[in-house]
Amino acid sequence: MSPILDINNLYKSYGTTEILKDINVSIEPGDFLVLVGPSGCGKSTLLNCIAGLEPITGGSISIGGKDMTHVSPKDRDIAMVFQSYALYPTMTVAKNITFGMKVRGVDQATQDKKLAQVAAQLQIEPLLNRRPGQLSGGQRQRVAMGRALVRDPKLFLFDEPLSNLDAKLRVEMRTEIKALHQNLGASMVYVTHDQIEAMTLATKIVVMKGGVIQQIGSPAEIYNRPANLFVADFMGSPAMNLIPAKAHCDDEGTRIEITRKSGEPIVLTDTKNRNLPEDVILGVRPEDIADPDLRGSESTQAAECLIDIVEPAGADTFAVMQLGGKHVTARLHAETTAKPGQPKRLSFDLGKVSYFAPETGLRLN
Amino acid sequence: MTDISMTSEQNKSQTGKIVLRWLLYIALGLFALFYLMPLFVMITTSLKSLDEIRTGDLIALPREVTFDAWRTAWSGACTGIQCEGVQPYFWNSILIAIPAVAISTLLGAMNGYVVAQWRFRGANIIFSLMLFGCFIPFQVVLLPMARTLGIMGIAGTIPGLIFVHVIYGLGFTTLFFRNYYVSIPAELTKAAKVDGAGFFRIFWSIFLPLSLPIIVVTVIWQFTQIWNDFLFGVSFSQAGTQPVTVALNNIVNSTTGVKEYNVDMAAAIIAALPTLFVYVVAGKYFIRGLTAGSVKG
Repeated sequence: MSPILDINNLYKSYGTTEILKDINVSIEPGDFLVLVGPSGCGKSTLLNCIAGLEPITGGSISIGGKDMTHVSPKDRDIAMVFQSYALYPTMTVAKNITFGMKVRGVDQATQDKKLAQVAAQLQIEPLLNRRPGQLSGGQRQRVAMGRALVRDPKLFLFDEPLSNLDAKLRVEMRTEIKALHQNLGASMVYVTHDQIEAMTLATKIVVMKGGVIQQIGSPAEIYNRPANLFVADFMGSPAMNLIPAKAHCDDEGTRIEITRKSGEPIVLTDTKNRNLPEDVILGVRPEDIADPDLRGSESTQAAECLIDIVEPAGADTFAVMQLGGKHVTARLHAETTAKPGQPKRLSFDLGKVSYFAPETGLRLN
Repeated sequence: MTDISMTSEQNKSQTGKIVLRWLLYIALGLFALFYLMPLFVMITTSLKSLDEIRTGDLIALPREVTFDAWRTAWSGACTGIQCEGVQPYFWNSILIAIPAVAISTLLGAMNGYVVAQWRFRGANIIFSLMLFGCFIPFQVVLLPMARTLGIMGIAGTIPGLIFVHVIYGLGFTTLFFRNYYVSIPAELTKAAKVDGAGFFRIFWSIFLPLSLPIIVVTVIWQFTQIWNDFLFGVSFSQAGTQPVTVALNNIVNSTTGVKEYNVDMAAAIIAALPTLFVYVVAGKYFIRGLTAGSVKG
């Protein structure tokens, strides 16, 4: 099947400032693409470019196999949900939802039918005669989604739609958006700065920084094999531990030596990865540093560590220690025996380890 | 002991508060009286006969109330050689003010909408230049405007005066609407664009319905300016197209012999009535609208 959205060599600049540099993304029908990055990385601008609300400086955008680079937003067969919901304040909910159809000259009977359909789908029938000012944040969010759904477009665009909601509602709506995506099988592009939203919703993630794509991949790829230090640090909570270390390669495998403030260095052996330079940054997820009794695979090795801080979080307990001059977090189980100020034997799982070059920040393995 | 001293202390501060409150009311009342004095004199004088004015006290109430002066002012007072009162000029003013207010408000709304929501290269410069128009004194534009009206062939006509007032008012109306629309999130326009609405559709269906408070402010402002204008009225009109302000001046200044103060006063009140009416009817919206710009739409 041809890609539903295909962006080629897209550039965008305001005057002499380049906002987006050489963006290449394409998604298949049914994909849920999430653009994620810190604020100011250009993700919202990219979404506006896809929508046609911002002209682009170079490159091309095609939607549904048609070149849409210079087509106006209304003819791109898209629908968009905004961060502030952007509901028309003087119109009722029903009028908000049908405004697009009215502008297009859709006949009244079809308008009513589609409105009823969408209202039932989102359970907003009791709200149809109210104005946006009389709705709560979550209800406004639903109406904004209704306005997008009623168009039945080729591509849905979401611009941080959940960031104005409180934490509990955000999680609920996140699940609803995911359910909606599964039920409709629609193609969606979703902008967020929240990496958990990105991981939970996406079938494909684009991590951006400073207008440049850092990595494109499935949530699992991004999480397990981050392409550089930025992605490794940005995705995942608590963040991946990035520990400066020395690597010595020989026939047995690679010996990884991590210095400690007090006592001998920790030495781990990695049998899978060879040909590493001497100076590396070792990337280990907190869950790969665990209580020794839980893991027994061949890639795990135990080492004694001095625990500085213990943070119980209910399901897990996080232990923080100093390794290689950095704070390192371990994800231990809830009933762990770790105590602050006391040494504890921990097992390191190097099965999913990442290595980065300290100078370039790029992935080595 | 301590309880008793406490209560007397409280009583003292309580009486102090009441005294202060009364002083405040008295001061405010005096100011109000002072400001109302001219109106009082105008109304009482307009209801007196000429004899009474000549013999009586300026601030005394009329001994005998008569509406003769009002009748004369409306339909009999002489403006130069004609003696038709202010009536025809009053209608001229209405014919000038209503279209001029409507057109300048509508154009101002559209300008403000463009400058605030459809950013284009140079939008800020154009807005600054329009703002600059607010600060140009009337006198500066008199000659160029006379020339322009002459070229356009509408010199000395009511459409000519409407044109002048629309042009001169645009700076203000644009400023009002721009400041109001700038607080409306840009996402609203974006959402409407994605929905397929164009420039005018978005203006009519989304922005104008939001604008009632600022429309009221603009209408009051423009109506007051245009109705009270004298300089443009006297410069760009001819016999038959003069607004009421010019007629009032002619009544007061062109009478010979006995000065009919009661007629002058009545004519002045008639000339001021429409603006008074607009303030009384829409005044509370005026205050609301002036502060509404700072609140999100």
